Amino acid sequence: MARIAVIDYGMGNLRSVSKAVEHVAPNDQVLVTRDAAVIKESDRVICPGQGAAADCMNALSQQGLVDVIKEVVQTRPFFGICMGLQVLLTRSDENQGVDCVGVLPGQVKRFSAPLLDDSGTRLKVPHMGWNEVSRDAAARGNHPMWHGIENGSRFYFAHSYYCVPDSTDLIAAHTHYGKSIAVALAQDSVFACQFHPEKSSASGLQLLTNFVSWDGKA
Amino acid sequence: MGLAKRIIPCLDVDAGRVVKGVNFVDIRDAGDPVSVARRYNEAGADEITFLDITATSDNRDTIFPVVEQVASEVFIPLTVGGGVREVADVRRLLNAGADKVSINTAAVFNPDVVREASDKVGSQCIVVAIDAKKVSAEGEVDRWELFTHGGRKHTGIDAVEWAMRMAEYGAGEILLTSMDRDGTKIGFNLPLTRAISDAVEIPVIASGGVGNLQHLADGVIEGGADAVLAASIFHFGEYTIAEAKQHMASQGIEVRLDGV
Repeated sequence: MARIAVIDYGMGNLRSVSKAVEHVAPNDQVLVTRDAAVIKESDRVICPGQGAAADCMNALSQQGLVDVIKEVVQTRPFFGICMGLQVLLTRSDENQGVDCVGVLPGQVKRFSAPLLDDSGTRLKVPHMGWNEVSRDAAARGNHPMWHGIENGSRFYFAHSYYCVPDSTDLIAAHTHYGKSIAVALAQDSVFACQFHPEKSSASGLQLLTNFVSWDGKA
Repeated sequence: MGLAKRIIPCLDVDAGRVVKGVNFVDIRDAGDPVSVARRYNEAGADEITFLDITATSDNRDTIFPVVEQVASEVFIPLTVGGGVREVADVRRLLNAGADKVSINTAAVFNPDVVREASDKVGSQCIVVAIDAKKVSAEGEVDRWELFTHGGRKHTGIDAVEWAMRMAEYGAGEILLTSMDRDGTKIGFNLPLTRAISDAVEIPVIASGGVGNLQHLADGVIEGGADAVLAASIFHFGEYTIAEAKQHMASQGIEVRLDGV
């Protein structure tokens, strides 16, 4: 039985993440925790999160979890979801600028206003709903986390900020919303996505299934 | 290709039970919110909305175990509304497993609850429900105002201005119900939907009046809605979610066909 830690730093809906993981890994132990020792003893770590970047970084710092994340990303499979992706980057533009954990080199930016599609129609922000996730021309498009998921499958998004990695080498998938944006990044034993696999029905559950059996190698 | 327009079935829940039932073939318990939510997920619904209409405060906590159970078994977004008064209510629903919480009357009487809630939990979790009725006379320029208490109380607040204010306060989405159309089955109030959708940067869910599949398509094409919400046409088996999506797709609307 493997132990999977879902990092609880007080931001957002963790129940749906932990329930979805329990659903795909009924024989594993899923722990929602902010205890550094428990996180470090886990076989796999998931970092979810919702809300504003400054609040998330403050919560992680206050609970001493920034260094814990820096440590566990190097030693076991690590899955960042939504804000759990954004906090891994170097810096976010949200809340007048916030330094983030800095595991994945890159910036977090807000969708421009007005955001227009190719035909000049205004797009709504937040980017909310089901969009197509494409691995075409993505450097990490053949990542093992995509096993059994059709290229172009739709996943559920709800965000106003998006990631711009310094290097396109990290990009595992992108989505078109006004322009092409990176929505999944991968580096060593880290995989992180902007969309919500725990809310993305069959495709999302497949991604979580892949995570709970992933050996952390690309 | 890009973001899909969403189809959202809405269920009224009273003291933990789905009211009026849902006419699915071979569903064992049409009053059980979990069974109904599971079936809608399998049918390809993009989200599910629960409206808690429990009238007595004694029974109000019945919604929490429902939300917990649904969130444990159904892995699509779940919005819960009804009786949300303060930020603590928002938190409790999110902690139970709701993805978004819809605030209606409380926003009117205490708009700061929207600002406070979106600051605390993020805009993407906060839906502001707007119940609007036309108040302009025939021949006048269209004007709609906010009503509360199921359309009985007139607030005198302009609906379009209110939507803009709620967006500024941090709402992540507007759930717009036309009280003139609700239950009529003659289609959404398209000018109202268009006016609000054009006025705000955030997504707008159109609600109230759906009687057939063309109404759903019209809500998107003419009303500019980002999502369409309906109850009876799905619950009573008049149309399936798949039929609705196929019809919308045939009109050039992008929909999620993965689950259909």
